[in-house]
Amino acid sequence: MQDDWTKPVAMAIPKGGYFEDKVDQGRYGPIFPKTPACYGFTIIAKIKPGTEQVIRDYGTKIEKTIAGLPEALEVLKLHYLRWVLFDIGKETYFMYQGIFDTDFDKYTEDAVALFGKYGISTIFENLEGFPEDWKTNAPAFVKFVRDHHRPSFLEYGEYPFVSADEIKKALRLKAAFSKMLDEMQ
Amino acid sequence: MNGVLEFEDIQHILLTRAPALSGHYEFLSFKTAAAGRKWLASVVDRVQSAKAMQDTVDQNSRWVTVAFTWNGLRALGLDEASLASFPEEFRQGMVARAEVLGDTGANHPDHWVDRTNSAELHAIAILFSRNAEERARCAAEHLKLLGEIPGVEVLSRLDLEATPPFDYAHDHFGYRDRISQPVIEGSGEELRPGGGKALKAGEFILGYPDEDGPPVNLPQPEVLSRNGSYMAYRRMQEHVATFREFLKQNGESPEDQELVAAKLMGRWRSGAPLVLAPKKDDPALAADPQRTNDFNYKEMDPHGYAVPLGSHIRRLNPRDTAANMNRRSLIRRGGTYGSHLPEGAPDDGEERGVAAFVICASLVRQYEFAQNVWINDKNFHELGNERDPFCGTHDGTLEFKIPNRPIRKKITGLPAFTSIKGGAYFFLPGIKALHYLASMGATKDDQ
Repeated sequence: MQDDWTKPVAMAIPKGGYFEDKVDQGRYGPIFPKTPACYGFTIIAKIKPGTEQVIRDYGTKIEKTIAGLPEALEVLKLHYLRWVLFDIGKETYFMYQGIFDTDFDKYTEDAVALFGKYGISTIFENLEGFPEDWKTNAPAFVKFVRDHHRPSFLEYGEYPFVSADEIKKALRLKAAFSKMLDEMQ
Repeated sequence: MNGVLEFEDIQHILLTRAPALSGHYEFLSFKTAAAGRKWLASVVDRVQSAKAMQDTVDQNSRWVTVAFTWNGLRALGLDEASLASFPEEFRQGMVARAEVLGDTGANHPDHWVDRTNSAELHAIAILFSRNAEERARCAAEHLKLLGEIPGVEVLSRLDLEATPPFDYAHDHFGYRDRISQPVIEGSGEELRPGGGKALKAGEFILGYPDEDGPPVNLPQPEVLSRNGSYMAYRRMQEHVATFREFLKQNGESPEDQELVAAKLMGRWRSGAPLVLAPKKDDPALAADPQRTNDFNYKEMDPHGYAVPLGSHIRRLNPRDTAANMNRRSLIRRGGTYGSHLPEGAPDDGEERGVAAFVICASLVRQYEFAQNVWINDKNFHELGNERDPFCGTHDGTLEFKIPNRPIRKKITGLPAFTSIKGGAYFFLPGIKALHYLASMGATKDDQ
């Protein structure tokens, strides 16, 4: 683990996504390594024909959910989520990219429960090959995610390995100091 | 299917705690399916259900439980389709899951002492007894039975013994045990302040609705899985002399040492919680079940000034600071083994510790999550370089941080206070399922 956040780091990752000599075993299989850009996944899957607008509509749905309940996804320890639709030939693909601080496998069931609660998983139902019994079958959900994850071969961090909680703590500290200095005027 | 608990079919260990000061575990291997079934048929009527236990507790002085590994179910002759219907982590067994559980280094199954690391481990017979005399009588009786069934081998045995003083249950380190246990809906158990709501039976007993809804993916046939559960067995040696020396090194006065011991646990050794008694032990609070769990962390101790973020109770029951707590609950049973090491006595080299069972409906979702994340995640609560000070895997390179104003105390080079010496995953069948297993193939190879 790298502690020096002042020094940007780039990390090349072997094909397959794992460093063979140090693969950690998680409850649902090997764990993808933490990189300077933290943990993350890039899920790419073909959408079922005719579902593009349904998927796009989820964008506004999730926007409203988070506006009303900002802590809804807190447990996932996210930095960023990116949802992308793109075409290859006549087919449309969905890319779901997440960057977060806990390895996904550790909290899989929590994630599945959350996704269910806020409708994120429902969007997955528009993807080809998504298990129909995902609500009651966390292992099948995990398998779909693993099968459709495309590991990076390079990840870079300008402030490497820093967690979202640490960033939020630093910003809170900055705000507290500003307030303290204001009070001392 | 309704949710009324079938007390007459559920093994007593799942729902009740025997009033026992002694115990005895035997780890068994079946050389033939017929021998295994004969043994089971001979003991099944001695296995008490929860109802039988409750009806006769005052007349009885011994309580028997039996459970099987996945290899054991196969050794009894269970068909391949049924075997395949069990969840993957149970099929693999605890040894294969070593890395997930943190059983590495000194805790690796290669170093286990009781042959529970063997693929030949098929069953466990658990005896709880009121006293050591009754234990000796029952063990002799079982030995006699085994003499009549040459195809059943004992891989190892373990005697359990409460440690003095006997007025409350505690481990060899002196910490009061059995303070918080989940309450199952419909079990008749009383909810206590701070203990959360009663949980659906399916979190612990197969065949009932769980916190997520109706039961799914149950092992087949139904007669085998209904009223069953899974048990993770852990034999955990406690290095008492190491622990006492650590307290001396990190606390100048006896009071300081007690506080360090309390900070590691999150409770004073009496059981009084630090959230409610942050500065001084409070034995009256500790002995009051209405108060001893009545606290949270988010409002009452967000920064861990009372209970350090990495302390044992904050990791294994994060209360209001974790998601989906109702899906992570565990029932704990078991007891202490080995002789008591008197205060001030030097290390005598003897093994002593806790031999415990963790019972739940899903090993991967409940037990393995607790072990993998709550106990062994070095970065739990952003702690960076810590594991559970008692149950985590330690090699002397980790630390323990005690938040305090103006500055925290950081203990580096935390020693291993415990070592894993044995373990296994068992399936705990209901009473009808035990009869089903005992009578399998009766028309074929037993003829």
